[in-house]
Amino acid sequence: MAAILEVKQLKKNYGDFQAVKGISFSIEQGEIFSLLGPNGAGKTTTISMLSTLYTPSGGDASIAGHSVTKDPMAVRQLIGVVPQDLALYEELTARENLSFWGQMYGLSGQALKNRISEVLDQIGLTDKANQRVKTYSGGMKRRVNIGVGLLHKPRLLFMDEPTVGIDPQSRRAILDTVKSLNQQGMTVLYTTHYMEEAQELSNRVGIMDHGDLIALGTQAELTRQVGQTDTLLLQVGEDQDPETLAKALRSLPGVRLAEVSGSAVSIVTPSAEEILAAVVARSAEVGIKIRSLEIHEPNLEAVFLHLTGRALRD
Amino acid sequence: MKKIILIGFKDVLLVFRDPAALVMMLLAPFLLTVGMGFVTGRFSGSTSSGLSEIPVVIVNLDGGELGNSLVSVFQSAELDELLVPTVLSDTLSARQLVDEDKAAAAVIVPAGFTASIIPAAGQDPGSEVMKINLYLNPGRPTSAAVVQSIVDEFVGRVELGRVGGEVAILQLMKNGLIGQDSAALRAAGELAGKDLASGENSQPLITLNKTSQGKGTVDFDILAYMAPGMALMFLMYTVSYGGRSILVERSLGTLPRLLVSPTSTTQVLGGKVLGIYLTGLAQIAILIAASTTLFQVRWGDPLGTIVLVLAAVFGATGWGMLLTAVSRTSGQAANVGTTVMLIFGILGGSFIDTSNLPVWLQWVSKITPNAWGLDGFSTLATGGSLADLGAPVLALLVMGAALFGAAVLLFNRSSIVER
Repeated sequence: MAAILEVKQLKKNYGDFQAVKGISFSIEQGEIFSLLGPNGAGKTTTISMLSTLYTPSGGDASIAGHSVTKDPMAVRQLIGVVPQDLALYEELTARENLSFWGQMYGLSGQALKNRISEVLDQIGLTDKANQRVKTYSGGMKRRVNIGVGLLHKPRLLFMDEPTVGIDPQSRRAILDTVKSLNQQGMTVLYTTHYMEEAQELSNRVGIMDHGDLIALGTQAELTRQVGQTDTLLLQVGEDQDPETLAKALRSLPGVRLAEVSGSAVSIVTPSAEEILAAVVARSAEVGIKIRSLEIHEPNLEAVFLHLTGRALRD
Repeated sequence: MKKIILIGFKDVLLVFRDPAALVMMLLAPFLLTVGMGFVTGRFSGSTSSGLSEIPVVIVNLDGGELGNSLVSVFQSAELDELLVPTVLSDTLSARQLVDEDKAAAAVIVPAGFTASIIPAAGQDPGSEVMKINLYLNPGRPTSAAVVQSIVDEFVGRVELGRVGGEVAILQLMKNGLIGQDSAALRAAGELAGKDLASGENSQPLITLNKTSQGKGTVDFDILAYMAPGMALMFLMYTVSYGGRSILVERSLGTLPRLLVSPTSTTQVLGGKVLGIYLTGLAQIAILIAASTTLFQVRWGDPLGTIVLVLAAVFGATGWGMLLTAVSRTSGQAANVGTTVMLIFGILGGSFIDTSNLPVWLQWVSKITPNAWGLDGFSTLATGGSLADLGAPVLALLVMGAALFGAAVLLFNRSSIVER
């Protein structure tokens, strides 16, 4: 399949600080490609350059053959952007927002009206289309924010951390929307720091850290780089301190990482079965009761840990 | 062009859906104008209409030449439109009319006033000069001040004549041309007194601001000065608010979103400028319509008013863009905008007549659209037409163009998005 996006040695410097350090990758037509990395990895700066908002300090990228530096207007016709932060006029209704942004993309007349109706239906806000956006919940605003990016049926959709700060139900709806769009043929570049989202959505994943693209490939390709590792998830009681347990487990042989995640402790280890007995014994020693226990196969979290020595959320 | 218009109208819609902005744009100037109207007595009295037909009571207990002369001044044709004088013989009745708000002031000329200034033959010339009593209505401060200024002017001239006469006579005596009991002395004193009392060969004490160039007489309505003064001051708020919207949209993310749509930076900025301009026009138009409808403010020649409003909003919009271009954040732009609004309001004459300012400050005031705008509106309110607005309109257009040029030099795509 032909590449719709080709990125070559793309750089962005702010004085001496290198926000993006000459990354290269490509995205094929019809793909969902995720850029996964912690906050500050350079994902948003990369999208800002690809969407022609920022001028690269070096390198270039082309979308359907149009250079983002030399032919930005042609690029803008082809892309849709769903920014990380809500970019809507809250004093306007959802319909007015969609109408305004649709006209900015050259839609007008009956075609615009039809497209607004389709998008409102797609984001599930037809019955609330005439309410001002400021009256919406956070999840509803997120859906309008996505709807604006879809109006002109872009060939390549950039979605920059679209699920940050929303409830699980809205998050589920957004992930389903992304899959649905992709099934309709839309190519998506999705950035996230949630490993689960990248795993669920992506055909291929690029992992970014400190402005570098440190790994690139399908999920299977990436986890093969790590070798055999398991993740052991220990759920502790409500009145128990998971941090105490994590500290106690870090010194156990075979534990590569032990970190708190809500009321659970996540352990990365080459073999969960081999350390299981020792983990239970150490938990008893420090007086922490384990309510449940899960063993997970190697994932992108483990890949990031393997490559950087840090957890994704560090 | 279509996108510029779309962005401009979107901005106007957003402003008119922002209650806080509407309060500052429309309600504040309206209420301040009304307040000024009350302070200046524009709304007081059933027949009064601004600085005209001020009811005043005169009690002439003197009966001498100077007392009669003062009554004549108040009844003169020059002050016919300004004053409605009533002559009474009773001080208490006069004060009662003021207390009942039926008069702006009572002028009481005491018995012996003339004699205290022009001594009769054989009278001691060194006796104390008697004073005219003024009883002012605090509910009509401006009207009362007008009456006081007329009396002050009269007293000043009387004093000048008295002192001049004394000097002349002393010089004649010193040079031995006349003696103390000379008939010439008596004749000179009587002549000076009569001249003083008659007021002949002197300029009118007070003149109304009337139209020139043969266009007939037009009453000056104080609200025709106050209303544009307040409108122009709060126009500066509107343009700084509009300019600030560029910085607000940048922080909200809608400006970057516009810039990644197939819309050029020029179209985005053009739309923002159009939005500011249209909002300013709408604001002034609403204030003019409201003041005309509710208070019968006479703004003057309609064509001249339209052209002047277009030019004034253009000049002010230039300031709005420049303030935005030099501000880094919307908060900074808000602070600078409010400060500039107040300084321009004071300098430009929205609160005080700029002719009361020092000369150098009057020159500084010319950088404000308020000063030029008020100059134009005053011309129109006193009967001028579009043909008389050359200087203010040209100045406002040049101001707007120059400030736009400066703002464009400061703005560029990267400065809008990345600074």
